[in-house]
Amino acid sequence: MKSSLIKSTVIFLGLFFLYFPILVLIFYSFNENKRVMVWKGFSLRWYNELFNNEQIIEAFIISIKIAALSATFATILGLMIGYSLVRIRKIPFKSFYIFLSSTPLVLPELILGLSMLLFFISLNNVIGFPSSRGQLTIFISHVTFCIAFVAIIIQARLTDFNKNIEEAAMDLGYNYTKVLYKITLPIILPSIIAGWLLAFTISLDDLVVASFTTGPGANTLPIVVFSKVRLGLSPEVNALSAILMFALIIIGLFYFYFNKKFKH
Amino acid sequence: MKNKLFEKYFVFSPYFWLILFFFIPLAIIFKISISVSEWGMPPYQDIFLFDNGFKINTTFENYVYIFSDYYYIGSFVNSLILALISTFFCLLIGFPLAFYIATSNIRLRNILLVLVVIPFWSSFLLRVYAWKIILQNNGILNIILLNLGITSEPLQLLYNQYAVIMGIVYTYLPLMILPLYGYLNKFDLNLIEASKDLGLNRIKTFFKVILPLSVPGIVAGSLLVFIPVVGEFIIPEMLGGSDRLYYGKILWEEFFVNRNWPGASALAFSGIIILVLPIVIFQILYSRWSQKNEI
Repeated sequence: MKSSLIKSTVIFLGLFFLYFPILVLIFYSFNENKRVMVWKGFSLRWYNELFNNEQIIEAFIISIKIAALSATFATILGLMIGYSLVRIRKIPFKSFYIFLSSTPLVLPELILGLSMLLFFISLNNVIGFPSSRGQLTIFISHVTFCIAFVAIIIQARLTDFNKNIEEAAMDLGYNYTKVLYKITLPIILPSIIAGWLLAFTISLDDLVVASFTTGPGANTLPIVVFSKVRLGLSPEVNALSAILMFALIIIGLFYFYFNKKFKH
Repeated sequence: MKNKLFEKYFVFSPYFWLILFFFIPLAIIFKISISVSEWGMPPYQDIFLFDNGFKINTTFENYVYIFSDYYYIGSFVNSLILALISTFFCLLIGFPLAFYIATSNIRLRNILLVLVVIPFWSSFLLRVYAWKIILQNNGILNIILLNLGITSEPLQLLYNQYAVIMGIVYTYLPLMILPLYGYLNKFDLNLIEASKDLGLNRIKTFFKVILPLSVPGIVAGSLLVFIPVVGEFIIPEMLGGSDRLYYGKILWEEFFVNRNWPGASALAFSGIIILVLPIVIFQILYSRWSQKNEI
């Protein structure tokens, strides 16, 4: 009796702690008042202003574009790493390979961002490319640090699934590539989609690396939002948060759906 | 024959990308960190000089500069302490949660797990921003405290190190819960029953059975929280005040404000050596070891 009461209390308090700030944010987004903290009445005013704010809309489109592209590249390369680490025996300098594919996971974003910026500047000095930083450089940086996340998901799933299925297909006359396309890829497809969704949200959410590698005409959504709320509060950002929270939570649920699907 | 080509393609495409866009950038940080700084653009000298014959032009001055100035060391120590405290609180909140989720029945368990991770999927920046709203002078927490009569005037809750810890614990908590849950989920609940049957009380069961078995999860979760927090820049910038300087902020200012590229690179490279390298080496050794033991 007593222990189940403790259990429910702990779970309730934990979930309350996790969701309370999000609910507060959504609640205040409906505040009529320009001064965010003083409640004046329910209104959709800030949603209206948000949709007419060209700076935010433009930043949103740029962010979505970069996120979709870098997630796609990161998924392809992450898939290759995951597959290599589990299924391919001979990888030259394997420790170095593991080092390259796992360090971005633990490297603080700030250091990664700085290294990318200095790299692009040096590259420009040597071969004259990229002449200015912008969407392309953010894209390259995002691919680089999203690869590791995708690789981990794919690696876990490939380790889980039974290699005998692949061997059986080979015995039945499928060649190597046919096994890959007809057996392996379809089986791990849900985790590929899950990996893409994860990379997409990581790129969409990134502020630090994008701040280092951005240039003229490439203000992503987090950069614009950060400049608005760094020193104060902004009612438009409240409205934006409510919408973004909602959208990202939906993406999160899809991720779970695809990630779970494999296990059954 | 064809599959050999295929394997090469699979191994070397990511190899190529990561060497070009990850390893070389790290090497460049190291290169600039041992360059002599000067006024100009770029603000450092080349490490190879060819004008009067070949000469290598490197220096460790940037490292000496950083490690002899308390401004830099102090902020790094501040960051380590911040990360230690935040990790501790994440563990304190995360462990009971993970434990009770792992011991729930399977349907409830899956729902709870999704509920815990969902906030992690929502925007990091906006979750930090939410705490800015909560902790305002006329924010919701102060309103509650005033109405309960705990204080007579609004407290200054924002812009200090406690607000930073709060924000970090909040945003990093799911990173602690997930690996903890992963390990707690695996172990046999009958062990708890067995230890109770054998006469151990609750506290002893916890310290002698549950805790030792969840050490790998605790280590994994703590690392996932500790390392990024040391380099954290956004949360101190949004919720912190001038009472404490942290590594991330110093690195940012050294580069963008002081325009001292070699200094910033030396800071970054020291961060890699002290913080990241030990963990990566451990990981590689561990994965090799576990692979060998399987075969």
